[in-house]
Amino acid sequence: MSIMIDKNTKVICQGFTGAQGTFHSEQAIAYGTKMVGGTSPGKGGTTHLGLPVFDTVADAVEKTGATASVIYVPPAGAADAIMEAVAAELALVVCITEGIPVLDMVKVKRYMEGKKTRLVGPNCPGVITPGECKIGIMPGHIHRPGKIGVLSRSGTLTYEAVGQTTRLGLGQSTCVGIGGDPVNGTNFIDVLEMYARDPGTEAVIMIGEIGGTAEVDAADYIKREFKKPVTAFIAGATAPVGKRMGHAGAIISGGGETAEAKFEALASAGCAISRSPADMGKTLLKQLGR
Amino acid sequence: MNIHEYQAKEVLRKFGVATLKGQLAESPDKAVDAAKAIGGTVWVVKAQIHAGGRGKGGGVKVAKSLDEVRDFTKHMLGMTLVTHQTGPEGKVVNKVYIEAGCNIKKEYYAAVLLNRQTGRIILMASAEGGVNIEEVAEHHPEKIHKVEIDPAVGLLGFQALDIAFAIGMKDKVAKKAASFFQKLYQAYIEKDCSAAEINPLVETAEGDVIALDAKMNFDSNALFRHPDIVELRDLTEEDPSEIEASRFDLAFIKLDGNIGCLVNGAGLAMSTMDIIKIAGGTPANFLDVGGGANKEKVTEAFKIILKDPNVKGIFVNIFGGIMKCDIIAEGVIAASKELGLKVPLVVRLEGTNVELGKKILAESGLNITPADDLTDGATKIVAAVKGAK
Repeated sequence: MSIMIDKNTKVICQGFTGAQGTFHSEQAIAYGTKMVGGTSPGKGGTTHLGLPVFDTVADAVEKTGATASVIYVPPAGAADAIMEAVAAELALVVCITEGIPVLDMVKVKRYMEGKKTRLVGPNCPGVITPGECKIGIMPGHIHRPGKIGVLSRSGTLTYEAVGQTTRLGLGQSTCVGIGGDPVNGTNFIDVLEMYARDPGTEAVIMIGEIGGTAEVDAADYIKREFKKPVTAFIAGATAPVGKRMGHAGAIISGGGETAEAKFEALASAGCAISRSPADMGKTLLKQLGR
Repeated sequence: MNIHEYQAKEVLRKFGVATLKGQLAESPDKAVDAAKAIGGTVWVVKAQIHAGGRGKGGGVKVAKSLDEVRDFTKHMLGMTLVTHQTGPEGKVVNKVYIEAGCNIKKEYYAAVLLNRQTGRIILMASAEGGVNIEEVAEHHPEKIHKVEIDPAVGLLGFQALDIAFAIGMKDKVAKKAASFFQKLYQAYIEKDCSAAEINPLVETAEGDVIALDAKMNFDSNALFRHPDIVELRDLTEEDPSEIEASRFDLAFIKLDGNIGCLVNGAGLAMSTMDIIKIAGGTPANFLDVGGGANKEKVTEAFKIILKDPNVKGIFVNIFGGIMKCDIIAEGVIAASKELGLKVPLVVRLEGTNVELGKKILAESGLNITPADDLTDGATKIVAAVKGAK
């Protein structure tokens, strides 16, 4: 079992014929993802990687029956690409693009109100259900099918947790990178709710970072109603105040936004805390009593 | 990206936001000329640095004569101003802004900023102006009034007026403030700000509503569509190594430790600093080489790290996803050779093509310590740096 995506998910790629779209679509196809085509305005009617290219998302959806899209469109046009996918009523849109202006995302959020599409990202590695479907830029080979949900604001740090759970023989149900931007489509709580309902997910590794209060909000939710074990790590305990640490959203601008405050909130919600990024897998194993 | 107060006021004036007359000066003589041009009998001399809290540090002085304008300017230029926002090292004052005085009746606070929880822009205001707003937020949150703005329609007249009334303004003054707020919001949206703060916002004895100070930050992701704002960047306010890094598209932040870090991914780069601390060392920097790093980028990253004389060792920590470990290994070798690396180097590689990468490093004949995982790497670099002392 899994959340969001499985072996039957039909995926299209927006920005299909660009360098990023091409490279990662090839990787996804090789992994076994059911890629059914892509869009590239002006190139409709041609084929790329043996798949049909469409001018618009609406066209691609109508002809292929796709329910998910992955976006590799450059920052200036990425918000528009997201809204195009939302208008075409795709169930899931994963936006990989880094560097989208914040106010563009504010508009996207507003546009998505009342619509049925779920957006993951932007500025994220994507979503993967190991052995079934890979949507995004993560290296497929480090994953193993299993029962741990990995949920994170970071890319490479997610791979770290994946590598650790794979080595310990736990494997992953579905890994979700929600992205490092201050305004994103899916937050920690949205994904935790899905993990709660998924019988295939036994426990969760949650990886947060400094900036914003999403981890504290998630801690409140976990305390209130999340019953599965959660091991948590927060990046940035040594980060200085007021500096943007790579991710647009990773900046401490208030007391509740430090790693310490987040560790504290998550610990008091009953999460097992991994103080070191190297111990996420081990901490979880201990929490599971194995 | 940050800009100075005088620049923020220039931007705001274009949107009709009320400010006082003012001129920039870089010498005492120019300051006196500016004061004469502005006219009146009272002026304020304000140090221009990218940090708030200037008043308490002696960076804002009221001058009651042209001689005082000259004296204050002379004293301020070249001084190192330390405020709660500059850090203990402070910032050197290179420019002052000479501004007309005004009859302040009451000081308020106003800001437009992003509420990350809702993904909406908010207008925030308080009757507690001219003070540290973070303290007000912590001890008297009830004194801060907020309204959330729907991006589809913008800040509505009644919302702006509600806030003006909530902070205790009356009649015509409240109406002027509401109009001020709407213009401030317009500037925020049209220039892709990440924060626009007016502290204090003042009500004058004559019933005007004016931005006495102004602080604007801009979303660096949106600078591509604002060449006019990019021109306002003041490189003297930034760390030289951070400027150098940004030229090569490297996310770099200088810290005060002695272990240089070269990492891919922002989250992993932060965690690498954290694990060095756990192992008993201190990181010299945050450095994310990004997903598409090549030999040149790795070499530039090494150069920037080694410019810091405090660096006694380097920890390279790569989890290759898109990035292949063998490419990184070649980059590390090329950079070590080109720069004649003298400090200990610990390299931890994981992910795509890891075996090939490790082999390349092992066969290079260079003094590179390989590490098996994060903990191993951090422990080794901390030990190496301590041994080197």
